[in-house]
Amino acid sequence: MNTLIFRTFAPFITGLMVVFSIFILLRGHNEPGGGFIGGLIAASAFAIYGIANGVPPVRRAIYFHPHSIAGFGLLLAALAGIPSMVAGVPYLTALWTYPVIGNVEVALSTPLFFDIGVYLVVVGAITGIALSLEERHRG
Amino acid sequence: MAGKSSKVIDTSGVLVEANVQLVDYLIIAPILIPIIFGAILLMMRRSDEWTKSGVNLSAYVACFGIALMTLASFALLLRVNAQGPITMTMGRWLPPFGISFSVDKLGALLTFVGSFVALMGAIYSTADAKVIDRRFGFYPFLLLMMAGVSGAFLTGDIFNLYVWFEVLLISSFGLIVLGSEKKQLDGTMKYAFLNLVATTMFLIATGYLYGLLGTLNMADIAMKLQNYDGDGPVRTIAVLYIAAFSMKAAAFPLNFWLPASYHTPRIVVSALFAGLLTKVGIYSLLRVAVMLFSFEREFLSIGIAWLAGATMLVGVLGALAQNDIRRILGYLVISGIGTMLAGIYVATVPGLSGVIVYTVHSMLTMTALYLVAGMIGKISGSFDLREVGGLYAVSPMLSAVFFVLCLAIAGLPLTSGFWGKFILVKATLEVEGAQWLALIILVSGFLTTIAIFRIWIFAFWRGGPSGTPDGKENYQNNILDDKYKLTASLVIGVLTGAILLIGFMPEWLLSYSADAAQSLLFPNDYIESVFGKEAL
Repeated sequence: MNTLIFRTFAPFITGLMVVFSIFILLRGHNEPGGGFIGGLIAASAFAIYGIANGVPPVRRAIYFHPHSIAGFGLLLAALAGIPSMVAGVPYLTALWTYPVIGNVEVALSTPLFFDIGVYLVVVGAITGIALSLEERHRG
Repeated sequence: MAGKSSKVIDTSGVLVEANVQLVDYLIIAPILIPIIFGAILLMMRRSDEWTKSGVNLSAYVACFGIALMTLASFALLLRVNAQGPITMTMGRWLPPFGISFSVDKLGALLTFVGSFVALMGAIYSTADAKVIDRRFGFYPFLLLMMAGVSGAFLTGDIFNLYVWFEVLLISSFGLIVLGSEKKQLDGTMKYAFLNLVATTMFLIATGYLYGLLGTLNMADIAMKLQNYDGDGPVRTIAVLYIAAFSMKAAAFPLNFWLPASYHTPRIVVSALFAGLLTKVGIYSLLRVAVMLFSFEREFLSIGIAWLAGATMLVGVLGALAQNDIRRILGYLVISGIGTMLAGIYVATVPGLSGVIVYTVHSMLTMTALYLVAGMIGKISGSFDLREVGGLYAVSPMLSAVFFVLCLAIAGLPLTSGFWGKFILVKATLEVEGAQWLALIILVSGFLTTIAIFRIWIFAFWRGGPSGTPDGKENYQNNILDDKYKLTASLVIGVLTGAILLIGFMPEWLLSYSADAAQSLLFPNDYIESVFGKEAL
């Protein structure tokens, strides 16, 4: 897979896919999409980058170890249920707030943070697997 | 709810209206705390590189997390003891559609003992786990496994029980393969394969049950099964569940994965597996075979009785045939499972309370025994009975502790094991035509005494390994470093203390477990805690 065309285009494809995955993540509450599928798209973006340019550039690019990303996602998802404790409702009950930021109403909710957590868990776990398989593949 | 704030949706009759008190969060605290700490520990796997001195930071964070979890589950135990079963349904959706976590006395007790045992294991590992184990994620796996274990004990939804089984299984795969030696991979394969088959059977049975009743909430299942007539499909499901859980509990004839795998990992991992994992299988059997499928008992009971008798004998005979200390202990775990199955067969209030007492005893004793085996291995450099010896001269204190543990596992007085077996034998004798099972319990207890005192005689009592002259001077034992010695003694001492405490003062545990057994057999207050008084 080490062709010039692929190596040249891989960073653009990767960037595009990561942006798309975040789009999928955010539209997920009301329309098809969500953290899991978004995370898969982002993980395949990193895998493409890894196939084209090798594993070390990917590890440098994502900066944190994939497992740490997954751990942070798990933490975020678990903590997304905690505001329910203050509100006097059961764990993981959806709580919504609609702050207006510069004339735009932004819907913020605890499921959003839960979904971002899921996204990060999937990105971290699948990227970790893909990268270590790729490393082994190259010997 | 849609993204626009103007839209109002009528949610009455969909959501739980009652307010949740802060104290109700205790229900999920024993699950939430290990998940949060497990996630944090996953991020700090390389924390020993953060400081120059290489402080074992993650070990302390893990101990702190499990200590918090133990405290939370103790508070939960006190609350359930005072109030009866309590329920919280996730996301506020009305049960049976929302996933409920229902804690009754059985679940609360096992969660507390389980996290206490895990705390002891975590403290032991601070002195024992190697840097490489920490790098490969010993502590995150441990914490996530504990989340799975307490999740299984606390959930009130049978599909959710499956999910927690998966959580604890996947983490336990990570723990058992830690170190990646050849024999570990071999043990892991057997462990993983058999457990995955059992989990698949569990899932299939759950699918059938959902097809039959249209519900997964345990309280709802219990109610619906009471009014269900036509027992063909129900029997199939019950048999599938019992097969799946007995496989996980390592009951005969699917017990061989346990001795084939439990001696391969790090000793603290073996100790926790022996203390916790098979007991989750027993707990699920109690929950499903006794509470949910109670009226199928006459049909199933004779099968369970045979299973119990065969498991007890196969376990203890296997233990007699082994020379590796860890394998002997592995077989004794199986024999203990058989003893618990006998109580599940009896399924009266005394019988079930015997199972609960024996489960608590077995969690403490098996963990302590494996940890002592770890110390024996460290001192003499081998786990083989032929190559150990003379440990009495090295450490009289350790020999005394091991002696107490021998009494406990054999079910002799002064220890917690005595009370469990005593109640079980008494309850079995009361059942018409089950005297033979009581006899098997006694015989297997007798054989256990021989099997465990073989270790005592070989490792502690005799002068030295075979081929060496007697006397301390004639052979070399490894000197333990002070930190390990202190930590291990503390942990084993506390566990033995707990065993003796139950042995001398069993009243509280006995009356508590009788209540727990009562609410398993007549789960009215369990159902009430989920659906309210009107449902009954």
